[in-house]
Amino acid sequence: MDITFENVTYIYQQNTPFAHKAIDDLSFQIKSGSYVAIIGHTGSGKSTLIQHLNGLAIPTEGKVSIGSYHLSKEEKPKDMKELRSKVGVVFQYPEHQLFEETVAKDIAFGPQNFGVSEAEIQNRINEITSAVGLDESLLERSPFDLSGGQMRRVAIAGVLAVKPDVLVLDEPTAGLDPRGQKEIMDMFYKLHQDQGLTTILVTHSMEDALKYADHVLILNKGTKYMEGSPEEVFSQKEALQRVQLDVPEIVQFLDEFQERFGTSIPFKKQSVKELAEAIQQQIKGAEST
Amino acid sequence: MRKKIIEFRNVSFRYGDEGPWVLKNCSFEIYENEWVAIIGHNGSGKSTIAKLLNGLLFPQEGEIIIDGEVVNEESIWNIRKEVGMVFQNPDNQFVGATVQDDVAFGMENRGVPREEMKKRIIDTLAAVGMQDYRLTEPHRLSGGQKQRVAIASVLAIAPKVLILDEATAMLDPSGRQEIMQTVASIQGREKLSLITITHDLQEVAQADRVIVMNSGEIWKEQTPREVFSQKEALREIGLDVPFVAILAGELKQAGVAISTEPLNHKELLEDLWTLHSRT
Ligand SMILES: Nc1ncnc2c1ncn2[C@@H]1O[C@H](COP(=O)(O)OP(=O)(O)O)[C@@H](O)[C@H]1O
Ligand SMILES: Nc1ncnc2c1ncn2[C@@H]1O[C@H](COP(=O)(O)OP(=O)(O)O)[C@@H](O)[C@H]1O
Ligand SMILES: [Mg+2]
Ligand SMILES: [Mg+2]
Repeated sequence: MDITFENVTYIYQQNTPFAHKAIDDLSFQIKSGSYVAIIGHTGSGKSTLIQHLNGLAIPTEGKVSIGSYHLSKEEKPKDMKELRSKVGVVFQYPEHQLFEETVAKDIAFGPQNFGVSEAEIQNRINEITSAVGLDESLLERSPFDLSGGQMRRVAIAGVLAVKPDVLVLDEPTAGLDPRGQKEIMDMFYKLHQDQGLTTILVTHSMEDALKYADHVLILNKGTKYMEGSPEEVFSQKEALQRVQLDVPEIVQFLDEFQERFGTSIPFKKQSVKELAEAIQQQIKGAEST
Repeated sequence: MRKKIIEFRNVSFRYGDEGPWVLKNCSFEIYENEWVAIIGHNGSGKSTIAKLLNGLLFPQEGEIIIDGEVVNEESIWNIRKEVGMVFQNPDNQFVGATVQDDVAFGMENRGVPREEMKKRIIDTLAAVGMQDYRLTEPHRLSGGQKQRVAIASVLAIAPKVLILDEATAMLDPSGRQEIMQTVASIQGREKLSLITITHDLQEVAQADRVIVMNSGEIWKEQTPREVFSQKEALREIGLDVPFVAILAGELKQAGVAISTEPLNHKELLEDLWTLHSRT
């Protein structure tokens, strides 16, 4: 499903002394099937933005379209539930929302809520537990007996069990150890590819944005600060630093390399191996002269 | 000779008599003024070590000695003055209605005299760069600012050891930087042993020494440089390897004769520059 924001403004507690503009005249488009990273420092409006994607927030001004669903002051989908079944959101620390007695019941809760048949739910549970890397033996356990990483997977499985077309991830790996982070991110990437999902990742990790996303949107104070491919966005180190954001470490290194050597190796999403070869060429270049 | 502040002697621990051993025969020492990072996969026992260090838990086997005193039920009140701890979640660490009340709280509990308290509030808030927020309500602060106040509250009781248990994990990159700059500057100025439990490799690289935990055992106790040179083994136990170490490995593969195991960009670039100008 294509997603469009047209001049969207969102104001919390409008018409009160506490009114606060969290999104300010924001426009952008996300093509169906793409993987978009949304980056910005705390308070830049990322969470508010994604609440528009499943109708938890309705624009104060402007219009949001998700496929054929439209959200604006004048127009709300007749069937908000249907929209929510198409857009799955993994909130931050999703394991805080687990509540059922068993893992299986927790995973089944979403699809039951959307009227999926019991037989189909059983199929999905089996399929999804393996997709998220949970052992089947855990299905009858209480989710609260599991490790943090396992609880996170249960919560994610609950979102996936609804079979959304759009998957929204709000810092999905916060608090996990490095292996847990990589496993979860690789899992989302595989789902993204295998099931043709549209994936929207809110992250502080420039490394993950570079590795997985094909489009990057940088927010600052509720407005669009930059947008483009990871190569385009991350080669603009000064612009990013102006809004207190980092660049991926490889970009930082290339910058320091240029400062030290006076020659540049352009950033084009190369692997570390390719970078090493480029450096070797430069050094060898000096040898032959 | 360096003064020993902490000693774990053959410590084993489990939660409950039936539970699995969470720490298995762990021994290590930490010295005055030293900065030690503890790393390891989730569940490897890092937080359990932290809780044993300030007497929230007691080992079933072995002994823990802090500043010459064995940790037990009688000594814990003394020991909690010596060991301060800051946890992961910035929102769970506040008791006061204002920043200064919060810093005062720990001192009140320990009977610090009023005049001395006033002085320490000013000093410790200045040490973490929060002197302008004395009268602010804690919930108005950003995550990084909250954690800095939490650090000030701990410093106010003048501990010999400061433990940060994933204290930057829930912060964004700028919040993380705030904390690490604060901590590094305090460490430079005061006689304080610092224990940081973290997954952040740049934090690890700043430490004097690293204790690597794996499934309740001490896997390695080395300098950051030595630890990061073991790329494959680190990955096997679920940990990451820094970008510079990976790049140095690939450069060697590509036939560039890197001579050192670089710990940061600067070291690697120096090394490359030397190779470059030699030719
Ligand atoms: N429920 C709310 N009421 C009032 N202001 C809010 C609310 N939620 C968020 N805000 C404010 O809106 C701005 C954007 O917040 P948010 O979307 O959560 O940013 P991010 O996810 O990028 O950290 C911030 O200034 C925040 O304080
Ligand atoms: N209160 C507790 N009761 C029972 N087991 C616990 C408790 N706290 C931690 N554990 C278990 O002890 C092991 C070590 O945990 P912990 O020290 O928190 O690890 P880390 O901080 O390295 O992630 C884990 O297997 C964890 O599940
Ligand atoms: Mg947010
Ligand atoms: Mg822990």
